[in-house]
Parts: sequence; C-alpha cells; structure tokens
Amino acid sequence: MREYSAYTLLKNALTGNRDWKQAWRKAEPRPHYDVIVIGGGGHGLSTAYYLAKEHGITNVAVLEKGYLGSGNVGRNTTAVRSNYLLPENHRFYEHSMDLWENLSHDLNYNVMFSQRGCLNLAHTPGQLDEYIRRGNALRHSGIDSELMTVKQIKRLVPALDVSGSARFPIIGGVMQWSAGTARHDAVAWGYARGADRRGVDIVENCEVTGFLRDGDRVTGVTTTRGEIRAGKIAVAVAGSTGSVMKLAGIETLPIESQVLQAFVSESLKPILNTVLTFGMGHFYASQSDKGGLVYGGALDGYNSYAQRGSLPLVEEVHSEMLALFPSLASVRMLRSWGGLCDMSMDGSPIITTGPLPGMYLNCGWNYGGFKATPASGWCFAWTIARDEPHALNAPFTLDRFHRGILIDDKGMGATPNLH
Amino acid sequence: MIIKCPWCGPRDSSEFVYQGEGGRTRPDQSSTDQSAWNAYVYDRVNTAGDHDEIWQHSGGCRSHLKIIRNTVTHKVLSVVFACDTQDQEKPA
Ligand SMILES: Cc1cc2nc3c(=O)[nH]c(=O)nc-3n(C[C@H](O)[C@H](O)[C@H](O)COP(=O)(O)OP(=O)(O)OC[C@H]3O[C@@H](n4cnc5c(N)ncnc54)[C@H](O)[C@@H]3O)c2cc1C
Ligand SMILES: [Zn+2]
Repeated sequence: MREYSAYTLLKNALTGNRDWKQAWRKAEPRPHYDVIVIGGGGHGLSTAYYLAKEHGITNVAVLEKGYLGSGNVGRNTTAVRSNYLLPENHRFYEHSMDLWENLSHDLNYNVMFSQRGCLNLAHTPGQLDEYIRRGNALRHSGIDSELMTVKQIKRLVPALDVSGSARFPIIGGVMQWSAGTARHDAVAWGYARGADRRGVDIVENCEVTGFLRDGDRVTGVTTTRGEIRAGKIAVAVAGSTGSVMKLAGIETLPIESQVLQAFVSESLKPILNTVLTFGMGHFYASQSDKGGLVYGGALDGYNSYAQRGSLPLVEEVHSEMLALFPSLASVRMLRSWGGLCDMSMDGSPIITTGPLPGMYLNCGWNYGGFKATPASGWCFAWTIARDEPHALNAPFTLDRFHRGILIDDKGMGATPNLH
Repeated sequence: MIIKCPWCGPRDSSEFVYQGEGGRTRPDQSSTDQSAWNAYVYDRVNTAGDHDEIWQHSGGCRSHLKIIRNTVTHKVLSVVFACDTQDQEKPA
C-alpha cells in the first residue's frame, strides 16, 4: 500500500502522528558501492532515484557535504517550463515536463506541481517578433505556446500596468500554459525518500575532499567521513563543479560559477496567478501558496562562490518590479538569498560520461536547472547505467565547445553572465 | 563591493563592467591552432579563492583593469591598469 494516502493520514491523525516512518534513513557511509553520486541536490537525488527505479542499481550512495537541500534545489524560485528555442532543448525539457506531470504520484509525495502558466511580456515589436519565432518553433515540436494580446494579459493579471504611459509599455506576450511552479523542498525530499526506500544510502554532512585514482581511472573518493570506493562515480554538484573537478585534476571547464539572488515579499492576497517575466530587463515573479511574491532577476554578473549577492542587484530587481506593478511600492521584502549557478559557455547543460574513466559529469545548469531535475536525473542515470548517453542527452556533451556544436538557445556566445 | 580604481579611487562595483577571467592568453592573430583558440574562448579556471580577472571602469575613466579578487569573500586584493601588465600585447 502507498505509504501516504487518505487512509494513513486519517489513521495517523487519530493516533497522534507517532507512527510515521522517517522519510529517509540517516545512513552511515559503507566502504564500497556500485555507484557514488556526489551532491545531494535535486539532480543528485533524482539520479539515485532513477538508477534504482529504472535500472535496478540500488547499491548507491549520495554524498552531500551539508544537509539535504542546502544547495540550489532549496534556493531556486521554482519556475518549471520548457519554452526554449532549439530542438535539443525542446526534447529534453519536454521529457522533464512529462515526468513533472506524474511526479507526485510516482514519488507518492506531493511536490505541489502547479501548471499555472509562464507568460513572457513583450515591450517592443522586435521582441514580439522574437517571441513569435520561438512560439512557432515550440508549436512545431508539439509544445504549447500561445501569443497573448494586451487585453488578454490585463484580464489574466489585472495588477499589471498596461497603460501606454508605463516606462516600458507592454505590447503583448507569449504564454506557455503547461509551465508553472513546484515546491522545491518537496522535490528534494520526495526523491530522497523514493531513493532511500529502494536501498540508496543518503549520506549527509559528508564532503568529498579528493578522488582515489588508479592511473587515470577514478576508483573512489576521500571524504570528511572516510574513504569510499565505487565502480562508478557521478558528479552532480552544480555551482561547485569547478572546485570539485579540480580535486580530480581537471583544471579548466567551460563553466563559470556566479551568484544569483532571489527574494520573497510579505504575504499578499492573490495578485499573480502565473509565472511572469519582464522583457526589458531581468525580472520574473510568481506568487506562492502562502501569498508571498517569489521573484528574482539577473546574475550579479561576476565569478562568485559566496552564496550571497550584493546590493546593486537588489535595487535593480525592485525597480523592475515597480515598473510592472506600481501598486507594489509599499510591499515589504521579507527575505533575500543567493545561490551558486554553474553557468556554461552556451547556456545549455552537460550530462555525459567522463571526462575521466570511471567518472560521469552533470553540470552547466545555469539558473534554470530546477525545471530539469526529473529529466536530468533520468538521463544521467541512463548514462551511468549504460555507459552511454540516452538520445535525449546525447547533444549535451562536454566536448561540444571544442567541436563547434554548441547549443546556444539565446545566441549569447561565451559570455555566461548574459545567458 | 568597492573597487579601488587606480585613476578614480574607491568606487562602487556597479560602476564597473565585468569582462571575465584574466589569466587567459589570446593566441596570436595569425595562429591557426584550433585547440588554442577553443581553450581561449571556452575554458575557464573558475577558481574558488583568489581570482585573476578583467573589469572595465565603464561608469568612470573607462580604463580596463586587472583585478585579483577573492571569489569566496568578494574581497578585492589588487587593482592595476590592464595595460601595465606584462602579458599585454604591444602594438607593432
Ligand atoms: C536564486 C536562484 C533561483 C533559481 N530559480 C530557478 C527557477 O525558477 N527555475 C529553474 O528551473 N531553476 C532555477 N534555478 C536553478 C536551479 O536551482 C539549479 O540549476 C539546480 O537546483 C541545480 O541542481 P541541483 O539541485 O542538483 O543543485 P544543488 O542543490 O546546488 O546541489 C549540489 C549539491 O552539491 C553539494 N556539494 C558541493 N560540493 C560538494 C562536495 N565537495 N562534496 C559533497 N557534496 C558537495 C552541495 O552542497 C549541494 O547540495 C535557480 C537558482 C538560484 C540560485
Ligand atoms: Zn576609473
């Protein structure tokens, strides 16, 4: 029987909630595994889950240096969408969307996936043309995308300033109705629990400090909790990719770590029922079920491993917010924080075997890897289990930069702070 | 974050534009070595710690600056004019 159901909820409510099983065991690391996954973020946990579920590989450890969910999986603004331009991204992010749509049932854990749509606002005719092009590309791949008029936009989000006298007048927008939000912590906890129930050891407070080698081959790791060996070692550490890979002697990668900030306002009555993006700068927002506006903007724009941002960006984000919603001027900001983003040189991820024998690499998520969590783990597990990529992640190689087959969705070139 | 421009003095970081990692060497214009060009364009050291980088004081004197900054603490350790560093190509 499913562990969480109406029946067990009722039964536990009547018996003082004393009989719930721990969501995941506090596992002690064992000396040897078939697979070690470094990084207990969304991607590491979903990788472990799909290794067990899809490939029957259960002798697996996830090693997390802090507590589970302390990285970006617990810091993001939870937007889930698949409205990219290029076919490689269409296929990958639509697979993610398919997994999202059934995730709560699959995990028996409510991840609160809410398909409330994602609306990109256009402010110039050129921008609207670009949205039409992207919308057509999406529809060509069978993915939903719909152009919206100012009138439709105003009906959907009445608080928006759609007057012609706005600083950047809104002239239309493009909507992906199947996009939305999910509860980020629940995604981490649900995958952790699902992996644990299938035998995976989730080892928290266990930082990888070095790699054990046999010639070129990676055979294990040294950690703050001792040496652990494994046949296969998978790296999924997002913003820490540069420093972890240096421990294995990989000195350069097509990755820069930069900080992205996010914010939550005090609780408001319902004002925003979709994920909204501003087109004349970097600003986007949604409203949480508790009523807080969850919003963010651009990267701080320089290399950082600090997990905190600086004030100029705070000012910029709020000025953009007020350009769209003058009525929010007296609303107070409740919290702000930063997370480390692994910005790749073309804005697309890397999910691959190598670069050393015995090693597998998952990184380059930029500031958009939350939506990818299901498909990333699904594809990475396939790649680890079969020693070759699935067709969905085959384009996301590490050597594509040197081979000239980039997947640059925004056409920004090798300038990660502009993706 | 405050950056001390050698020309203008201490200024807020928002006056400056980040131009990326400073340790990269651009191959000679006439070079046909594809891997050297690829490495220059795409590969980064991405140091956690003291990091060599280029900024421009675009909201001030417009000088290009070579900066060493700690990427963990954001402390700026040294700022010099990029043209004063020896790896700068001399015009022919
Ligand atoms: C402010 C912000 C907003 C965002 N908003 C969105 C959004 O709206 N939509 C979206 O799709 N994406 C968003 N993202 C991006 C998304 O959060 C990330 O791309 C994604 O979470 C990265 O994958 P992850 O969950 O595995 O990373 P993480 O949760 O960061 O996991 C990596 C883990 O590796 C661990 N680790 C590091 N070094 C070691 C070591 N040596 N040993 C052991 N463990 C180690 C870390 O502690 C961390 O827990 C946002 C990111 C930020 C910062
Ligand atoms: Zn100056």
